[in-house]
Amino acid sequence: MTIVNTAHKKSRWAAGVTPYAEMGYYDADYEPKATDILCAFRLVPQPGVEPIEAAAAVAGESSTATWTVVWTDRLTPYENYQAKCYRVEPVPGSEQYIAYIAYDLDLFEEGSIANLTSSIIGNVFGFKALKSLRLEDMRIPPHYVKTFQGPPHGIVMEREYLNKFGRPLLGATVKPKLGLSAKNYGRVVYEALRGGLDFTKDDENINSQPFMRWRDRFLFCMEAVNRAMAATGEIKGHYMNVTAGTMEDMYERAEFAKELGSVIVMMDLTIGYTAIQSMSKWARRNGVILHLHRAGHGTYTRQKTHGVNFRVIAKWMRLAGVDHIHAGTVVGKLEGDPNAIRGYYATLRSNTLEADPSLGLYFEQDWASLPATMPVASGGIHAGQMHQLLHLLGEDVVLQFGGGTIGHPDGIAQGATANRVAVEAIIQARNEGRDFLNEGTEILDKAARWSPELRKALEVWKDVTYEFESTDVPDAVATVTV
Amino acid sequence: MRITQGTFSYLPDFTEEQVKAQVRYCLENGWAVSLEHTGDAHPRNSYWDMWGLPMFEVHDLEDVLDQVSECRRAFPKHYIKLNGYDRTKGRQTTMLSFIVQRPQPEPEFYLERGEGQDRRIHYTIRPAAGAGQ
Repeated sequence: MTIVNTAHKKSRWAAGVTPYAEMGYYDADYEPKATDILCAFRLVPQPGVEPIEAAAAVAGESSTATWTVVWTDRLTPYENYQAKCYRVEPVPGSEQYIAYIAYDLDLFEEGSIANLTSSIIGNVFGFKALKSLRLEDMRIPPHYVKTFQGPPHGIVMEREYLNKFGRPLLGATVKPKLGLSAKNYGRVVYEALRGGLDFTKDDENINSQPFMRWRDRFLFCMEAVNRAMAATGEIKGHYMNVTAGTMEDMYERAEFAKELGSVIVMMDLTIGYTAIQSMSKWARRNGVILHLHRAGHGTYTRQKTHGVNFRVIAKWMRLAGVDHIHAGTVVGKLEGDPNAIRGYYATLRSNTLEADPSLGLYFEQDWASLPATMPVASGGIHAGQMHQLLHLLGEDVVLQFGGGTIGHPDGIAQGATANRVAVEAIIQARNEGRDFLNEGTEILDKAARWSPELRKALEVWKDVTYEFESTDVPDAVATVTV
Repeated sequence: MRITQGTFSYLPDFTEEQVKAQVRYCLENGWAVSLEHTGDAHPRNSYWDMWGLPMFEVHDLEDVLDQVSECRRAFPKHYIKLNGYDRTKGRQTTMLSFIVQRPQPEPEFYLERGEGQDRRIHYTIRPAAGAGQ
C-alpha cells in the first residue's frame, strides 16, 4: 500500500513515509525461529491497499513502527525488533487474507499477558488502512510458556483434590441469576449438591448487589456445601464469585471464602488480564481452585472478521493461570461450531498440538508440561444430551446444567440426581465398549426405568435443541451446529 | 446413608459381570488396577489401605476378580474401591475409581458446627460413633 502516495521510490532512511513492506516488516524468505512468537491474522485491506503492504503494516504497528521514518531506529539493532510478516494467503471465496507474522522473543516481558497483548493487539486494530482485522491464532514457544506457571492446580491436581475420577464433573449455576436473597440462594446450592452435583456456581453478574451482599451469600453457601458433604460423604464446592471493583475488594472476598473452607472461587474475564494473573497467584498460594467465567468475550470473539478468536483467549488464560474456563457446549444455547470448539478444548487440555486447519488450529503448540485448564460447558444443556456431550467434549470437562437442574419439575435435588445418573450410565456404557453415541437414547431410557428423576427430566426436555448456524467456523470446513 | 464417592455411586451396585467389564476397560487402556479398603470413608480420607500393590503385572481379568473376592472375604465390613491408574506423561493419576463393596448399613456422617464471631461457623465432618472399626 502507499498509505500516503509517494511519487517515486525513496531511500529507506529518507525522512517521510516509506511503505511498511519496504522497511523490513515483510520478508517472504524469513524462516521463523523456534523461539519466535507466531501470529495468524485474518485481514481485509481497504480498497486499493495491496494485501502484502497491509500485512506488513500489521507487523509494523504491532512491533516497532510508527507512521513515518525515524532516524532513532538506527540507534538499535532494529532488524531484531521488527516483527516480520513471512506469508500472506488469500482466503478462497472472500476478500480476506491470512497474514503470518513472527515476533522475536525479546519483544515481550516474561510472565505478562498484559505486555504480550499490548504489543500484539494494542494499537493495530484501529489502523485505518485495514477494513477489518482478527487475530486467529498464536504459537507460543516453550521459551515464553516457561515464564508462566499456568493453572494453579490443573486438571490432575483438581481431580486428586476433589477425589473425583473417570467422569465429567457436574455443576449448575444458581438461577434466577439475580434477585434471590442469600438464604434462598443457599437453598438452591444445598439441594443441587446433595442431589448429586459436584459444584454449584455464582453467575457472572452475581457480585454484591443490594438484594444480596457477598458476605451473606458466602456464609449461607458454605452452610449448604458442608451440609451436602455430610449428607453424601463426597467433596462439594460452590464457585464464590469474587469479582469486584478493585483488587483490594477481590482479595478480601477471596480470603473470606478461603477462611470458610471453600475449595473454589471464581472471577469474570471482565476484571482484566492483570487482575486474573494476580488472582491466579493468590489461588496458588492459598490452595483454592480458580474458575474463570468468560463474561464479555463474545464482543470480540464471535464475528469472523473482527477481534480475537476464542482459541487465542484460551491460550492466554491457560498461561495466565486459571483452573476452569467456559469454552462452549456445541449443543447448548450459545454460539459454538463443533470443530472450532474441539480446537478450543484441545488447546486447553493437551500438552502438544499439531496444526490442524479443520479445527481452526493454525500452528503447532508445545505447552512444555504446563498444567491443563478444565473446560466448562454451560448454557442450555440437559441430561438427555449426555451421550452427545461426552462424545463431543470428552471426560475432562465440567458440564453445567443450571436450568437443567433447577428446572426439574420434582425439585432441584431430583434434577441433580437425573444429571448424575445420566452421566454415570453413559460412562458405564462407554467403558463397556458400547457405541454410546448412537445408543445414547436407549442407554438413558434404560436408566430412566429405575431412576424416576431421570425419567422426568427426559420427558420434560427431550425435544429441546438449538439449531442455528455458527458465525465463527474454521475456513477448512463449514458445518452446521448440531 | 449411601456415600456417593466414586465414578458409579448413583447406579445400582454392579454385578460381577459389570465389574468385569470395567476391569477390562482398564486393562485395555494399559492401566494398572488396584484395590483399596477402609472403614473410614470420610470425604477427605485420601489414603484408604492398599490391598497389596497396584497390579502392574496382572493382565488377566480373572486374576483381578480373584483379588476383589479375596479382599471382600478379608474385610467384609469395609468399603472397597477399585482404581485404574494411568502412568502416561501428563496424566500420572487415577483414571477410574469405583466402590465395589459397601458395609451394611453404611455409617452416617454428622456435621459439627463451631460457632465463631461475625456469624462465622467452622465446620467439621465427623463419622458417626463406631465407624472406622
